Amino acid sequence: MKTAKVHPLWLRLTHWINALAVLVMVASGWRIYNASPIFAFHFPDSITLGGWLAGALLWHFAAMWVLAANGVVYLALNFASGRFPRRFLPLHARDVLRDLGAAVRGRLAHDDPWHYNAVQKLAYVFAVLDLVVLVLSGLVVWKSVQFPLLRELFGGYDSARVVHFLAMAALVGFTALHVAMAALVPKTLLLMTRGR
Amino acid sequence: MKRKRLALDEDAVVRRALRELPSPARRLFLRRALTLGGLSLLSGCTLVDEESAERVLIEVSRFNDEVQAWLFDPNRLAPTYPESMITRPFPFNAYYDRDEVPEVDAEPYRLEIGGLVADRHAWTLPELRRLPQTDQVTRHICVEGWSAIGKWGGVRFSDFLKRVGADLTAKYVGFSCLDDYSTSIDMATALHPQTLLALSYDGRTLPPEYGFPMKLRIPTKLGFKNPKHIAAIFVTNVYPGGYWEDRGYNWFSGS
Repeated sequence: MKTAKVHPLWLRLTHWINALAVLVMVASGWRIYNASPIFAFHFPDSITLGGWLAGALLWHFAAMWVLAANGVVYLALNFASGRFPRRFLPLHARDVLRDLGAAVRGRLAHDDPWHYNAVQKLAYVFAVLDLVVLVLSGLVVWKSVQFPLLRELFGGYDSARVVHFLAMAALVGFTALHVAMAALVPKTLLLMTRGR
Repeated sequence: MKRKRLALDEDAVVRRALRELPSPARRLFLRRALTLGGLSLLSGCTLVDEESAERVLIEVSRFNDEVQAWLFDPNRLAPTYPESMITRPFPFNAYYDRDEVPEVDAEPYRLEIGGLVADRHAWTLPELRRLPQTDQVTRHICVEGWSAIGKWGGVRFSDFLKRVGADLTAKYVGFSCLDDYSTSIDMATALHPQTLLALSYDGRTLPPEYGFPMKLRIPTKLGFKNPKHIAAIFVTNVYPGGYWEDRGYNWFSGS
C-alpha cells in the first residue's frame, strides 16, 4: 500500500506558486516603495525587482494576478476538501502559549506531520489572513476611487498604503521564521515537495 | 507664442538629451531588472529570456488597461474634501525641474482642437473663461505613491467636448503640451463629471508650476495622466500613447 500523502498535490502546487508570486510582489513592491518612501528609509535597489519604477509596477501588476488566482484556488480547495478546519482548528490561545513555551525550551515535538502544533496553526492562519489584508489594501492603493467601501474600511488611500506596507512587513517576518523552521526540520521541505 | 515655443525648444532639447542619458531607455528597464537580486540568485543564471519577459509584461499591462476600463464606473465620483484639507504647499511634480517650467504668454495663447471634432477653431483664454466654470477639491494620487489634496476649477471637460462637437463614440482623447509632454485618455474618463479643463488652482489663475494656462484635472486617474500646459487636444480612434506611457507606464492608470 502506498504511503498516504501529508500534503495533496494541489496544496504543494499552490504553496510554491504562492511563494514565487510573493517573492515577485515583495521585490517589486520594495522598488515601488522606494519611489516615495513612507518611512525614513528605503530598500537597497540591488534587492528589488524591476530596474526602475515603471518596470517594478509592470512586475507588481502582473504577479498580482498569479497571487490572487492562486489564492482563490488555495482557499476554495482548502474549504471544499475540509482540510482547512481539519488542519487549523481548533485554535486556542492556551495551546499556543503552551506550545510557544515548549518551542522556546526546544522541546516542541515535530514527529507527527499530520498534526500541526498550535504555534504552527497560528502562524499559518496568520499568513493566510495577512495575505487577504495585503490583497484588499492593495486593491485600495491600486483603485481607491473604484472601491469606496474598501477605501473607507482602510481609512482612506494614504492609510491603505501604510496597512499594505505593514502587512508586507508581517509577511516577510513570517517568511523568515517559516524558512528558518523548515531549515531546522528539513523533513517538512520534503513533505511540501514530494508530499510524503 | 510660436517664437516663445521655439525658444523653449532649443534649450529643452539639450536639457532633455542630458536628462535622458542616465535614465534607462524603455527597452533597458527589464534587462536591468532581470539581472538583479532575488530571481537570478534563485536560478543562478538568467531566469527567462529578457525580450520575451518584457513582451509578456507589456501584454499583461494591456490586459490591465481592459480590466481598468471595465472597473471604471462613469457615475462613481472620486471623494471630495473640505478646503481645510488642501495640502499646502501643493507639491510640484514634472519630468523636469521647477526652474524649467515653461512660461506661456496668455495673450497670444490658443488652444488647438483637432481630430474627430466638428468645430476646430482655436480657443483663446478669455473664450474659455466665459464658459460655465465649476471647481472641486480632490485627491491627486501620484504613480510614485504619494498623494496630495488640491482645489481645481475650470470647464467640465464633457461640456467642452460636446461644445466642440467631438465624436463621443471615439476611443481616445489625446493631449500635446507646451512642455513637450503628451498623454492620452479613454473617452469614458474624458466624459466623467469630475474631469475638468482646469484654468484655476485654489481660486486663482492656474500658476505656471501647476500648468498655466491649463491642465486637464482627472481625479479618477493617476497624476501623470493629468497633462499641464496643454497646447492641443485631439479626438481619435488611433492609440496616441504618451510621454510616460511610451516608456512603460500603464496606459489606463486609473485610480
